[in-house]
Amino acid sequence: MRPLTLAASAAALGTFAAPAMAADLNVTVTVPQQTGAAYHRPYVALWIERAGAGQAAATPVRTLAVWYEVSNVAEGKDWLKDMRTWWRGLGRGMTLPADGVSSATKAPGRHTVSIPAARLRDLPAGNYSVVVEAARELGGREVVRVPFVWGRANTAQGTGRTELGAVSVAVTR
Amino acid sequence: MKKSIAIIAALAALALPMSAQAHRAWLAPTSTSLSGTDAWVGFDAGMSNGVFIPDHAAMNLAGLVITAPDGSTVAPENMGRARYRSTFDLHLTQQGTYRVANVMGGVIVSYKQGGEQKRWRGSEAEMAANIPADATDVVATRNNSRIETFVTLGATSTTALAPTGQGIELVPVTHPNDLVAGEAATFKLVRDGQPAADLEVTIARGGTRYRDNPEEITVRTGADGAFTVTWPQPGMYWVNASVRIPAQGQQLAYNAQYNGVVEVLP
Repeated sequence: MRPLTLAASAAALGTFAAPAMAADLNVTVTVPQQTGAAYHRPYVALWIERAGAGQAAATPVRTLAVWYEVSNVAEGKDWLKDMRTWWRGLGRGMTLPADGVSSATKAPGRHTVSIPAARLRDLPAGNYSVVVEAARELGGREVVRVPFVWGRANTAQGTGRTELGAVSVAVTR
Repeated sequence: MKKSIAIIAALAALALPMSAQAHRAWLAPTSTSLSGTDAWVGFDAGMSNGVFIPDHAAMNLAGLVITAPDGSTVAPENMGRARYRSTFDLHLTQQGTYRVANVMGGVIVSYKQGGEQKRWRGSEAEMAANIPADATDVVATRNNSRIETFVTLGATSTTALAPTGQGIELVPVTHPNDLVAGEAATFKLVRDGQPAADLEVTIARGGTRYRDNPEEITVRTGADGAFTVTWPQPGMYWVNASVRIPAQGQQLAYNAQYNGVVEVLP
């Protein structure tokens, strides 16, 4: 609910001046504990999606992070496709591993990805979402979207129900 | 050169029992969207009433042509024929989209000679030399059947999807390996390279054994041969269209059929 309200109020502000000010984007993702004997850490992708205007659908813009079995050079990438939404929107057009984007899978717990302003300096101010998608071997898949505003300091939260826990987004000055 | 040999080989494949033509022909991949440096995909090919339910006849794959993302032709592996389905594997080593098609064409001639009903199959060029001079009740039909599917390793590409100009073909507007439930997809059908206008397209989702309603979708192509479908659910879908043109003057009767399989992801 909260992210929706935030997106609406952001829209009410009208157009933003581009380019955005120097700001960092911090995303904290909780990988939940799972019960069951055959646990494997999930593959997780984080990306930015530009909000759709009117009838237009949202557009994936940029991958922020991909957590996969980077160390398995031969087969680690075979399951990237299971993060279906990311794979279709951005993943299959990328070359991985990619510096500053790919890293190993994460254990259950809170993990923060900080994107320095320099990496996003060409991102026009406006309404976006951080999208987090998790896919787990012998488990499920879940996508969590957290709308945020690029162009001023703001925070937003979302939460998953199965493969993801709390997701929080903070744009700091 | 190679192509003509493949076509001649495919003519032999026309030796399907006529009863099989009433059944639906499908060539179904085990996966359609893959990641990694290489990947393997298996295929089942059969003819049956329920799409993807192998309970009637295995498909003759003599006309199998696999086009790689770079446009080259690659070979299947582990080819086998079971009672109700033919199977093979494809090792995907190039990034991009592969077109996997079983294409058959040629002429079927039925005639009477001395009161006896006879039948001949072959290419149109060889027809005149093979029908006896005393044949009566000669009915010749030109046939073209395309049974195909698409699989992609990495990013989608369209080189392999270029129409050959023969029979009914599917030209992507939406890429056939970029289909998601709830979204609309548009394709164009062409017949012998020209827009196939006002053609009925039947779209059937697999898994009919586990539901009571067939839930088939019927759409028509527009003047430009295009049709649009909004995928109601994820699943493997069979896309079918056919054309029957009666003989006109010197022009032989012509039957063309298209049977494609596409996967829609959640």
